[in-house]
Amino acid sequence: MARYPVKRSALLPLLHLVQYQDGYVSDDGIAECAELLDLTKAEVAAVSTFYTMYKREPMGRHLVSICTNFSCAVRGGKEVYDRVSDHLGVGHNETTQDGTITLEHAECLGNCEGAPLISVDYINYEMVEPDAAISLVEGLREGNPAEPTRGMIPPGVREASHRLAAIGPIDPDGPGQRLGLATAEHGAVPQPEAGVGAGGVGIISFGTNGADPTADGAAARPDEVPPPAKNVPITEEPIPGAAGSSAEAEEQTEDAVAAAGGQPDEIAEEAAPSDADPGVQGAEADTDDDADPREEPPGEADSEGAS
Amino acid sequence: MPQVKVLSKRYDEPDAHTLEGYTRLDGWKAMKRAFAQDPAVLREVVKDSGLRGRGGAGFPTGLKWSFVPQDTGKPVYLVVNADESEPGTFKDRELMERDPFQLIEGIICSAYALNSPRSFIFIRGEYLFPGIRLEEALAEAYANNYLGEDIQGSGFSHHITLHYGSGAYICGEETALLEALEGRRGQPRLRPPFPAVAGLYACPTVINNVESIAAAGHIIEHGANWWKQWGPERSPGTKLFCVSGEVARPGNYEFPMGTSCREIVEEACGGMLPGRNLKFWAPGGSSTPLLTDEHFDIPMDFDSIAEAGSLMGTGAMMMYSDKTSVVEATLNWIRFYEHESCGKCTPCREGNFWVGQILERMLDGRGRPEDIDTLDELADNIFGRSFCALADGATSPVKSSIKYFRDEYEYLIQRGRLPDHITPHAGAITDNAQSNRPKMMVGVGHV
Repeated sequence: MARYPVKRSALLPLLHLVQYQDGYVSDDGIAECAELLDLTKAEVAAVSTFYTMYKREPMGRHLVSICTNFSCAVRGGKEVYDRVSDHLGVGHNETTQDGTITLEHAECLGNCEGAPLISVDYINYEMVEPDAAISLVEGLREGNPAEPTRGMIPPGVREASHRLAAIGPIDPDGPGQRLGLATAEHGAVPQPEAGVGAGGVGIISFGTNGADPTADGAAARPDEVPPPAKNVPITEEPIPGAAGSSAEAEEQTEDAVAAAGGQPDEIAEEAAPSDADPGVQGAEADTDDDADPREEPPGEADSEGAS
Repeated sequence: MPQVKVLSKRYDEPDAHTLEGYTRLDGWKAMKRAFAQDPAVLREVVKDSGLRGRGGAGFPTGLKWSFVPQDTGKPVYLVVNADESEPGTFKDRELMERDPFQLIEGIICSAYALNSPRSFIFIRGEYLFPGIRLEEALAEAYANNYLGEDIQGSGFSHHITLHYGSGAYICGEETALLEALEGRRGQPRLRPPFPAVAGLYACPTVINNVESIAAAGHIIEHGANWWKQWGPERSPGTKLFCVSGEVARPGNYEFPMGTSCREIVEEACGGMLPGRNLKFWAPGGSSTPLLTDEHFDIPMDFDSIAEAGSLMGTGAMMMYSDKTSVVEATLNWIRFYEHESCGKCTPCREGNFWVGQILERMLDGRGRPEDIDTLDELADNIFGRSFCALADGATSPVKSSIKYFRDEYEYLIQRGRLPDHITPHAGAITDNAQSNRPKMMVGVGHV
């Protein structure tokens, strides 16, 4: 929030973070955003439903978007979509039974020179013919994605969502694995100074007093390759920048978020990559490569119950 | 006219996206030139250059800058519109992907000229890879004092925040973009007040397209007359044309303004695909009225295209052949506008839906004789009756396809099918179309 002169501006990035954590815009996530930004849940929900990229149902590990806009369509985009849809047995905005792939047909993805275009977790594969499209999704299912024509190997849609909050790659040892709000501490988070209203908007610091502004959205750790999603610890720390700055996560249950004035070096180093917080992410983090709740038996997964 | 590489000159260099590569490839000269001059002088230079905004509307950039009051006591914000979502448009993506420092340097120069302490790059969320390139470039720029406090000892400080959108075409409209940046639904605001006076957080705000800002950097480096060596007097400079559709080599090509469509397609794109002839094309993305093969030779600049009855838009040339149905294209685009309408204005929200229903019925072989006139009338009732230009854009393919290809509509209505030589592309898939399979969602806890 401290990245913006007015904290409400952080709403879109925060909703991306909710998707990173929960795999979709959950009711809990909406409540957390509302709490952080002094909005009503209705206000947050109204924003989240406006934008196509926020999903209201859990996504699979990968989001496969197939462009069916006209420059792709004339080069076979519709056929690619139909073939993939038949192959996977799912339609628009549906997820395969094994939880690996959510399919959508997309409006123009801005890569028309590579028509027909498929994007996986928003990473683009160009000129994908129907047969190649089938191999591509099969590769995704087997955990062996093909090399895209632009960008890096698709990291999984949750990791992509983390990047979309513009706070850099996921760092399992760093802060930022929780929104900053466990259910118990909803009220405990102090609000950073909002930048002022319409009258005298000042340039509010980048979350820290005179700290290196690289800590701002611009990827604090640009050189770091996004780590494998393995063992992503679910800690209680707030996202730097997004949750307003530094935080000291001394104890998992006590989420003391410093306001915009915190010291940068306080940014919790001991991220306590221990067990998942049972109250928050359910059985999610303890197993599996991907920490994806949807890969687990339905009974165990997502027991936090978004409802 | 041959290709001219100004904005795209570093595209083929593999390391142009790194600070080292950019610096080696003549980077930062514009910034040094800028810091040596008075901001007011730079604003004049950009004004003199005649640069017209590359985001679609073609409003003179320097004039836009001159509307910004410098003495309100509020900060001037610079917002870079990188929400490139117009069907057919992909020039900004490539620029950010291949040469992100060019944009950053353009921002520094523009911000210095505008006395702006802070800028925001609003990039569409689907542009994850260009966004990551930008993030990395921003981090490098900060680490080496090309951003932040007292940039390179100039006394000028500037901060850039990268902000991803979340999938809404309407956010390319400048006031909707501001709403999104402020954490709201991206719905256009009523103007006035214009953003130049009361934009982001009610402060004076300049909103420019990525390409405009990048071009402003080059203009500041080389001067107004250098820019005016290309293109006609009222549309000077070079332009990134992104060509898609049924051409042999779709892609981004930089040409002087005023180069003819035929030259671009034949020289750079290798012509139409073998065995296909140009039938219809949109000169600036799907929201610009369609043109036909008769217009193949028109010069690609704002005024010439306007004279031909269309719009320059973003310079996104979408070329389609005689094997393609213009009615299908229109339906496909209408479904796009129906999906992307923000819902604020009734004519746009409801009108596009109805246009889509009629077109779909026609393509389904159930057209009625009165349909063509109904479509035309509907388009008239949508055009000009909403807050922003999305609705106007949506009517463009409808009106223009009826104007030039009425016979195809008539054939479709009379015979209930497309002419034999046309390959159907089945229009658009709609969100409304329910899959007939049982819905398979996992994550039982949420269902």
